[in-house]
Amino acid sequence: MLKAIGVASIEDLFSDIPPALRFKGQLDVPEAMSEWEILKLMKELACKDDAARYTNFIGAGAYDHYVPSVVHYVLARSEFYTAYTPYQPEVSQAVLQSIFEYQTMICELTGMDAGNASMYDGPSAVAESVTIASGLTRRKKALVSRTVHPETRVVTRTYAAGHEIDALEVPMENGVTSLSGLEKMLSQDVACLVIQEPNFLGNIEPVDEISEKVRAAGATLIVQANPISLGLLRTPAEYGAEIVVGEGQVLGNPMGFGGPYLGVLAVKDKYLRRMPGRLVGMTNDNRGQRGFVLTLQTREQHIRREKATSNICSNEALNALAATVYLSWLGKQGVKDLAGQCLKKAHYLADGISHLKGYSLAWKTPFFNEFAVKCPLEPEKVVKSLVGKKILAGYPLGRAYPELKDCLLVAVTEKRTKKEMDELLEGLEGLA
Amino acid sequence: MMRLEPLIFEVSSPGRKAYSLPELEVPDKPVESFLPKKELRTTAPELPEVSEVDLVRHFTRLSQLNHGVDIGFYPLGSCTMKYSPKINEEVANLPGFADIHPYAPEETVQGALQLMYEMQEYMCEIGGMDEFSLQPAAGAHGELTGINIIHAYHRARHDDKRTKILIPDAAHGTNPASTVLGGFQTVTVPSDSRGGVDIAALERITDETVAGLMLTNPNTLGLFDENIEKIDKIVHAKGGLLYYDGANANGILGICRPGDMGFDVMHFNLHKTFSTPHGGGGPGSGPVGVKKRLSPFLPVPTVKFDGKKYHLDYDRPQSIGQMKSFYGNFLVIVKAYAYIRSIGPDGLRKVSEDAVLNANYVLRRITEYYDLPYDRHYKHEFVVSPQRIKRDTGCHTMDISKRLLDYGVHPPTNYFPMIVDEAIMVEPTETESKETLDFFADAMIEIAKEAYRDPQSLHDAPHNTVVGRLDEAGAAKNPRVRWRKESQ
Repeated sequence: MLKAIGVASIEDLFSDIPPALRFKGQLDVPEAMSEWEILKLMKELACKDDAARYTNFIGAGAYDHYVPSVVHYVLARSEFYTAYTPYQPEVSQAVLQSIFEYQTMICELTGMDAGNASMYDGPSAVAESVTIASGLTRRKKALVSRTVHPETRVVTRTYAAGHEIDALEVPMENGVTSLSGLEKMLSQDVACLVIQEPNFLGNIEPVDEISEKVRAAGATLIVQANPISLGLLRTPAEYGAEIVVGEGQVLGNPMGFGGPYLGVLAVKDKYLRRMPGRLVGMTNDNRGQRGFVLTLQTREQHIRREKATSNICSNEALNALAATVYLSWLGKQGVKDLAGQCLKKAHYLADGISHLKGYSLAWKTPFFNEFAVKCPLEPEKVVKSLVGKKILAGYPLGRAYPELKDCLLVAVTEKRTKKEMDELLEGLEGLA
Repeated sequence: MMRLEPLIFEVSSPGRKAYSLPELEVPDKPVESFLPKKELRTTAPELPEVSEVDLVRHFTRLSQLNHGVDIGFYPLGSCTMKYSPKINEEVANLPGFADIHPYAPEETVQGALQLMYEMQEYMCEIGGMDEFSLQPAAGAHGELTGINIIHAYHRARHDDKRTKILIPDAAHGTNPASTVLGGFQTVTVPSDSRGGVDIAALERITDETVAGLMLTNPNTLGLFDENIEKIDKIVHAKGGLLYYDGANANGILGICRPGDMGFDVMHFNLHKTFSTPHGGGGPGSGPVGVKKRLSPFLPVPTVKFDGKKYHLDYDRPQSIGQMKSFYGNFLVIVKAYAYIRSIGPDGLRKVSEDAVLNANYVLRRITEYYDLPYDRHYKHEFVVSPQRIKRDTGCHTMDISKRLLDYGVHPPTNYFPMIVDEAIMVEPTETESKETLDFFADAMIEIAKEAYRDPQSLHDAPHNTVVGRLDEAGAAKNPRVRWRKESQ
């Protein structure tokens, strides 16, 4: 091969690198290992993560739903996972069609007209949706409710800064967005309001009242919805949302210590050409057959460069595939049954906790599968003590809300058994 | 024989199901007793109703319509489509990694934190940087993180006049897009006759309004910028910073380091260089590294070690904030970690040596038929242009690429970088054998000959794929981006 190239050694191919910049010696990383040693090493590391074996009641943006075997099976097919972005549609129909199916399912769940192929995660989808709304309304203020996930608010601020959008926080009242607070902040220069439904604290927001106010101000309502809850709850489209975003982790993706997750983003038609990210459309080939292609690519960075709607290139395609398989597995009835089961189990646990001496529910607001509990001792101590019983009790709200420092956020999925919930009740009771 | 697959909605049949749920065990009260009636959904979403076997067959048959690295050669330039060892997939599925909640108490996730801590260290060593954040989810996300860091650095010094980022005309499209998303204007720097940054132009453009320069090195032509030391001096002399786009790092592992080249901030693409598969478009991972003076602005949290325990550190008052929730695409990081530990320091260097050898070999095999805009040694990828073929036969890069599909090869990157007319950008990667490289070179040569013999065959290609050329213009004109029940 060297002869064909016309050089004496591989080293000659690097002769254009200035000698002063050449790295001398060996990189200081551990020496190579055999595959068996790697497996052993990785198992040892993984084994240190007791959390994987404990009963999980933590939610707060990532949920412990069951990931069915068919999802693992499809995701392990390397035709999908060793492909790149489907730039050559003739040999990428699997990826393209599965994205088209995903886009359809997201529209069905949210009531929107078009969903994109995926964003990095829920928060970055929210952040980019604020940019869409600001672009369309030509307004430079974005309101974000304090009941939105704290990390989503941080990410939105980080993104907004670059666009010189002022991201302002709407206060909360009784665990939901404050209507009077919202009223005061809405004005003709507000592009949008972001709410989360159910909100970060688990509560159902007064969406009709919020929507009416936002629409009256000519702003866009952006709703970050929990996709599973949409098995039961009406679509955000029904109460006036124009952009729906969501954390798609719950759709067949493991908790994975925070990623990779799936940013769901869907919009009403008028926002279609402002949407960031990839989009798959249906078309025909030169033989008259139906086929799928990446479409409206003139929005994207590889064509439009500095004029693109976003810089996103790699997205979360495989996580979107997981969601597609998962939603196919659940189907029309399953998504409702699953949401119902999360709802009923969560209410069983909440009811049990509210009867424990010293504990109470923080609010009387309706909730889906997550709720805040007022504790008789510091929630951080509750969490610490119950680790000893192999229970991950929840998320201490004081970490993000100083005003809720006595509250613990508890989530329940279909995976939690009555026995596990009773053990949590017993554990909590023992601490009071 | 391959056949097109109906949509999953089209194989749906009312009442069929694949799912199962555990026993409810708790009192089964009506949903209305927990949620206000007006909040409830009245129409069910049109999700498919299929049995498990329907589902499995649908996605299995569908999968067969795709090309992937595991099926054949994938020399897509700037994408580093190397083979990813299977062990990486296996370890990322270990419950101790896959089934842990990001807010689990730190004492219950010490393994994950240790892995992240060590990964930060490896990234620093390989990149020649002082500190790394693993948070960004992709290359472009890393770029935006870096741009935000550059912004924060200048602002912290009350240096508000810096509004521009310099970007070479050969740069990836994400560079200018990230720049604008980060609140800067882009200024394009031309390339010189050797394919590098035009130094005279750079000197002319660089002034006190420049916040920084983004550079890929080796660049998108696959050429190492010989003037990197001059670039370093020119930009830094005016107070600007240097950003290293790590998309092409597969050409320099253990050979040279961005930190030593003078870069202040950089990202790696774990899904390119460190062998985590591309997943049909993602997930990726784009860790960002900085020199010490930019450390205060990194996103939070990073992982620290106190000698006994690993913990998440949020104590960075000048941080740009967070780029996404939690700590990064952890399960992707797990795969890249396993890769680095598998091949070690010598393996890393060999990756780049072999990638560079493979690229230059393929290049020299096909230059009799394809034109080389810059006759130099390349790094891990190269760009050719079918100028003679186009002039003599009317066949374009698009036609050549589509004909390659008939050989079971994924075409190279087309029409990029834009500074080369009809660009064909080839990145063979280090994991391919000489036989595969020869097969590809032979195919390229055969297609070139065919262009002279029967140009129409190229215009009509592909011939053997399950679908032919698709009407992209029609798709954009009348976007049909979802299936609807009534339309069937």
